[in-house]
Amino acid sequence: MTLKAWARSRGGARVLGAVTVVALIAGVEALIRAGFINRFIVPLPSQILAAIPRIIVEENVLHRFWQTAQEILWASLLLAAVGISLGALLHRFRILRLACETWVAALAAAPIVLMYPLFLVIFGRSATTIVMIGFAAGLAPVILKTVEGLSGTRRVLIDVGRSFKLSPSQQFWKILLPAALPSVFVGLKLGLIFAMINIVGVEFLINFGGLGQLINELAERYDLPGTYGAICFVILASIVFFDVTERLEQWLRPSE
Amino acid sequence: MAETLRVSVAVANPGARRVTLVRVAIIAAVLLGWEALARSGLLFRDVVPSLTAIGAAVARLLANPDFYGNLGITAAEIGGAMLIGGLSGLATGILLGANRFLSRAYESLIYYLGPTPKIIFFPVMIMWFGVGSGSKIAMGAVSCFFPIAISAASGMRQIDRVLIRVGRSFRASAWQMVTKIYLPAMRQPVVNGLRLGLGVAIIGTLLAETKLSNRGIGYLIIQAYATFDMPRMYALLIVLFVLAIGANAFLGRGLADHA
Repeated sequence: MTLKAWARSRGGARVLGAVTVVALIAGVEALIRAGFINRFIVPLPSQILAAIPRIIVEENVLHRFWQTAQEILWASLLLAAVGISLGALLHRFRILRLACETWVAALAAAPIVLMYPLFLVIFGRSATTIVMIGFAAGLAPVILKTVEGLSGTRRVLIDVGRSFKLSPSQQFWKILLPAALPSVFVGLKLGLIFAMINIVGVEFLINFGGLGQLINELAERYDLPGTYGAICFVILASIVFFDVTERLEQWLRPSE
Repeated sequence: MAETLRVSVAVANPGARRVTLVRVAIIAAVLLGWEALARSGLLFRDVVPSLTAIGAAVARLLANPDFYGNLGITAAEIGGAMLIGGLSGLATGILLGANRFLSRAYESLIYYLGPTPKIIFFPVMIMWFGVGSGSKIAMGAVSCFFPIAISAASGMRQIDRVLIRVGRSFRASAWQMVTKIYLPAMRQPVVNGLRLGLGVAIIGTLLAETKLSNRGIGYLIIQAYATFDMPRMYALLIVLFVLAIGANAFLGRGLADHA
């Protein structure tokens, strides 16, 4: 492969993407050092990089990460239990589905996180508020995708279940749910991403919990390199989380 | 004629009436349950205010000129955010969708940055744009940039190649290609992207207002929380949800009709 052909290939494009990010960071460093950007507004990228080990040790980032992860875990358990159950209920009773499905779709478009002051009043300034906001924000896609998956079960599979005289419960656990799993996992993935975004966001807003609170605290202390470093850490954690959910979904859907 | 048609449809589709009945029953059950909870004293007083108190608060809110002043400020911030974030997202999406090499180089960055919680950038936005409307507009713009860029890039790739070849054969300029070929051909993904973008711009702007502001709907909500004026908070949230969902539906329908 010639250099020109390599440069235009997928690998070349990825290298260009990475080089652009590095060049951008180097450019910002140069502009700050030259005095074109105020270093009291944007700290030197080298300072941010140096601040990351400091905040990991001094601010106990791993413990905060674990706190946020626990909140996400609780929200995901609630999402799986309540979302899939409600989806199954809407699928089981067609009249209920016809009556409620558009409401659930509207709920997906509603700015639920803006209700956080209400959740604060109900649950107090605690992890429960954060978990419940994450749960409420991620519920609609889990319900909708569960209904979609269950409704899309191939007729022949349902007929096989009937020919074996399966009870409604057996039909659900042995036929419908396994057939709907790919769609259910898409819903869970979407729900988890919504939950994660809202959990970190509410941690920041109410100054409580794990990673979101860390950013708020550092910003209030005007620790600029620390604030930027913590934001970079949260972005990295979000990207890893997103990537893991993507891979999990692909792993669970090998046929597609 | 229209009446006859409606009657015949209702007769032909008795299921629709049952669906309406179920909906009415669910709404009635929720409202009755709410009122019962409000009167039961199980929760702290005022956490679940009575329906009459909420209704009165909605009426007071809608009759208050201050509310409209704050609504106007929030609407202007969201409008500014959509203008900046929407246009830059659309331009980025078109560029990435039109060029496979650029898409391979940069689209993964947008794809992975898209699902990060944008509110964490607010301290940075305050430092860059101050505590006024600038930081709220910036928050909204950052929030709506990603879904619009991703939708526009995906829409660009779905355009029929024949249309692009037709444009080129007419020697259309880059601007003409964008306005006469690309945008009309990718209207549906762009409309969907704009609707998603509007939703997250509303969230981004209002969350920023709840965090640090002295005007706007977000400020009113957090003030209601701070003074424990629960009926007013419920009223604000109800009006906000109606407006947000209505604006989203209006944008979808308006753009679809226009296209």
